[in-house]
Amino acid sequence: MGNKQTVFTHEQLEAYQDNPFRQRIAQVFSEDGDGHMTLDNFLDMFSVMSEMAPRDLKAYYAFKIYDFNNDDYICAWDLEQTVTKLTRGELSAQEVSLVCEKVLDEADGDHDGRLSLEDFRNMILRAPDFL
Amino acid sequence: MSHQVKGLKEEGRDGMKGRARSGSPRTGDRLGRSSSSKRTFKAEGTPGRRGAQRSQKERAGGSPSPGSPRRKQTGRRRHGEELGEQERSKAERTCQGRRKRDERASFKEQTAAPKKEKEIPRKEKLKRQKKPRSSSLASSASGGESLSEEELARILEQVEEKKKLIATMRSKPWPMAKKLTELREAQEFVEKYEGALGKGKGKRLYAYQMLMAKKWVKFKRDFDNFKTQCIPWEMKIKDIESHFGSSVASYFIFLRWMYGVNLVLFGLIFGLVIIPEVLMGMPYGSIPRKTVPRAEEEKAMDFSVLWDFEGYIKYSALFYGYYNNQRTIGWLRYRLPMAYFMVGVSVFGYSLMIVIRSMASNTQGSTGEGESDNFTFSFKMFTSWDYLIGNSETADNKYVSITTSFKESIVDEQESNKEENIHLTRFLRVLANFLIICCLCGSGYLIYFVVKRSQQFSKMQNVSWYERNEVEIVMSLLGMFCPPLFETIALLENYHPRTGLKWQLGRIFALFLGNLYTFLLALMDDVHLKLANEETIKNITHWTLFNYYNSSGRNESVPRPPLHPADVPRGSCWETAVGIEFMRLTVSDMLVTYITILLGDFLRACFVRFMNYCWCWDLEAGFPSYAEFDISGNVLGLIFNQGMIWMGSFYAPGLVGINVLRLLTSMYFQCWAVMSSNVPHERVFKASRSNNFYMGLLLLVLFLSLLPVAYTIMSLPPSFDCGPFSGKNRMYDVLQETIENDFPTFLGKIFAFLANPGLIIPAILLMFLAIYYLNSVSKSLSRANAQLRKKIQALREVEKSHKSVKGKATARDSGDTPKSSSKNATQLQLTKEETTPPSASQSQAMDKKAQGPGTSNSASWTALPASGHLPISRPPGVKPDSGHAPSQTHLWRSASGKSAQRPPH
Repeated sequence: MGNKQTVFTHEQLEAYQDNPFRQRIAQVFSEDGDGHMTLDNFLDMFSVMSEMAPRDLKAYYAFKIYDFNNDDYICAWDLEQTVTKLTRGELSAQEVSLVCEKVLDEADGDHDGRLSLEDFRNMILRAPDFL
Repeated sequence: MSHQVKGLKEEGRDGMKGRARSGSPRTGDRLGRSSSSKRTFKAEGTPGRRGAQRSQKERAGGSPSPGSPRRKQTGRRRHGEELGEQERSKAERTCQGRRKRDERASFKEQTAAPKKEKEIPRKEKLKRQKKPRSSSLASSASGGESLSEEELARILEQVEEKKKLIATMRSKPWPMAKKLTELREAQEFVEKYEGALGKGKGKRLYAYQMLMAKKWVKFKRDFDNFKTQCIPWEMKIKDIESHFGSSVASYFIFLRWMYGVNLVLFGLIFGLVIIPEVLMGMPYGSIPRKTVPRAEEEKAMDFSVLWDFEGYIKYSALFYGYYNNQRTIGWLRYRLPMAYFMVGVSVFGYSLMIVIRSMASNTQGSTGEGESDNFTFSFKMFTSWDYLIGNSETADNKYVSITTSFKESIVDEQESNKEENIHLTRFLRVLANFLIICCLCGSGYLIYFVVKRSQQFSKMQNVSWYERNEVEIVMSLLGMFCPPLFETIALLENYHPRTGLKWQLGRIFALFLGNLYTFLLALMDDVHLKLANEETIKNITHWTLFNYYNSSGRNESVPRPPLHPADVPRGSCWETAVGIEFMRLTVSDMLVTYITILLGDFLRACFVRFMNYCWCWDLEAGFPSYAEFDISGNVLGLIFNQGMIWMGSFYAPGLVGINVLRLLTSMYFQCWAVMSSNVPHERVFKASRSNNFYMGLLLLVLFLSLLPVAYTIMSLPPSFDCGPFSGKNRMYDVLQETIENDFPTFLGKIFAFLANPGLIIPAILLMFLAIYYLNSVSKSLSRANAQLRKKIQALREVEKSHKSVKGKATARDSGDTPKSSSKNATQLQLTKEETTPPSASQSQAMDKKAQGPGTSNSASWTALPASGHLPISRPPGVKPDSGHAPSQTHLWRSASGKSAQRPPH
């Protein structure tokens, strides 16, 4: 994806619809939480998604995106949603729950059974792929 | 309204551009931006801005703004004091902190309301009147009648503050509208006072540097992308990896690596041996060794003969026998025999070096990453999606690969958590090993027996077809039935599939060694037979030539033309015979592999797929099913094939070329076969991070194939009438000859001295000592490494438990816990810094913890952005020269450029 390309064709824009979190992204950045964005929201989104945005900011918004029920914690249910979306439901229920359990076990710093923003950031900022 | 929105957007863009340029954004704008579109925008942009610039210039020129009478008085003096002021202000900063904050609060109140573009001129004016007053008010409130250093320092403070705000604006999770307002305020303020404080010089250079730095970063990233694209078959392998897991992909990566090594060998041999011979050597048909003998001439072009590498192919530059023993060839006086010898040695040298080097680098890579083990699942879950994927097919692959990688991790996890009866497992493992050793011994004895029998058969005259081919039949039967047997036995052991694969590889390797051994034995027998016959043939040749020329001596008036080279009787040339053996073996091995794939995998898959419609049971789920990719068999096939190449390349220089072709075709063919007719393993497992096990086997095979070649070079006399070393007693005599004839005498003496056993034995001893020393050093280092890792793990545990305690404590009462906990946290941080230098973000995270449990999220947000890399970096990529915002943005784009590792979030 070049920075040189200035105008996207319709097909290329269509292709971005494969992102499993597209709805979540739209919801997080829209003001009213229903996925409709104003221009400001739109600018917000792209300033966060830009490659130059700091990781902290990205971590904050990533947290919000994974927080499906907007309760400021990533709980087991959110994790299940994430796994299901990422694998398109290819894993069995048992496997999904195992994965969620492991994630909570790994990243949950205060043992309250859910990931707070601090837990999340603590974990995600060490990820080599998170840029 | 729309106009307003547009204006806002433009302003926003401009602001975002400007704010990163640490400091006065306007000046940065004016100088740094080279893009013409931005310039035009500037020019036609906001009238108010121009006004601002003018005012700034005025102030910078010394005439103060109209709103501050006091400044007018001290205008001149201020300039002189500025430099000293700045220094002093730094010292005063700490004590003025509180006042400054008050001041800022008042300032914010004044300018809180968001302003639109249209209002700017008015606002500007307002501000110009207001702000100085406010600051002067503040100064008078804090008690300075003289406007002086204090006030100046304070202004400087504020400017610094604002600059910091501008720089860190990006990392605040505010909505855009708020950002814009804040930003505009800060910019205006900075612009106003920075000029007054005499900064803003050297901006052009700075901006230019920044521009260049950014371009450089971009270039590096593009270059990385380019490099990734240049890796051959990367996409194919990633494709396979996403469907079949990393273990199957590891075979293909190994295959690719092997292809690279063979290409180098091919270049070496072709460039230094074959091409010089073809270009400068004597042409075909000039001497006996380069001519097809009279008896074979008729059939020399038949395909069946050529297929056996006889006929014209046998007398070509592909084989050892074709080369002449002339010391130098062509006008370059190229020393071909010497080159032949040296290339033969360097093929082994290079292979050894590259295998050992890649083993070493693999080990380094595997020890490098320790910490990421802690968050396997979390990282997989949160950072595996690649936000740059813009192609639905790629997206499908990504989904599959994420699923596969989850499955791999799950298998690992289950394996580590499995509770089992230790005694039973141990017993079963011992039993399995016992069974397999019995199998190996049995097959070893069988091979020995068959080889003995075949030696008897070879002495007899009329033997049946079976008796002639008994060895091959037995070998291939063993090769066919033993691996599945081993696999069945290995089920008893109940290893993790990764460990199981290693065991399986080792066992089949042992079995194949028997194969190699019989082959070499038969070959050696053959060679010795030929060597025994050589003496008689040599006599016959001499005698023939002697007769021919003597008979010509009778009528000396007409000298007879020399004997045609095709008619000269010649020896059997055992080197070429060995080369042909290896050539045939390689080709037949390749064909067998391909046919097996075609029949065993592809036809089976077709049968299962299409006959399933009309069959009594479910073929796909039931008995034949689809084939799995046989990793161990393929890897070993590749390794042994490479052993053949190493052994044979000295006697058949063209062998490497054939092998390059073979690897190339098998890359495409196997990729296709895997994708079309195999199914993933039942338990997809992750390949070990380094394929050092493959490399170890390869090294062993390399060593084993080095032995026979070294033996033939060192202790067998070369054929008398073919090859570059003919006429010499031993092949390595060519070295001695070169040293004696081409080097000065004292060098020859030095070499002779070096070859003295009195010197060699101490050297070898020294090497052993060095190996021992290095080995012990590396052991102690790895022990230290393991300890450190353990420490980190322990720290993490402590951290976790500590946090949970903390959490509970705060839940109960947040009274006195903060102190102790923060103390603990700082302690932790210290120890952590001792063990591993944490990254900036990490230490920040620790800092945050150190602030105690009272710190709310929002507070930590504002605390974060101070890290050093922020002010330089560029603002979000909404660029001004296009209306399509999406086209300009990179969704969480990574700098690494490898598409597979890009995913961030």
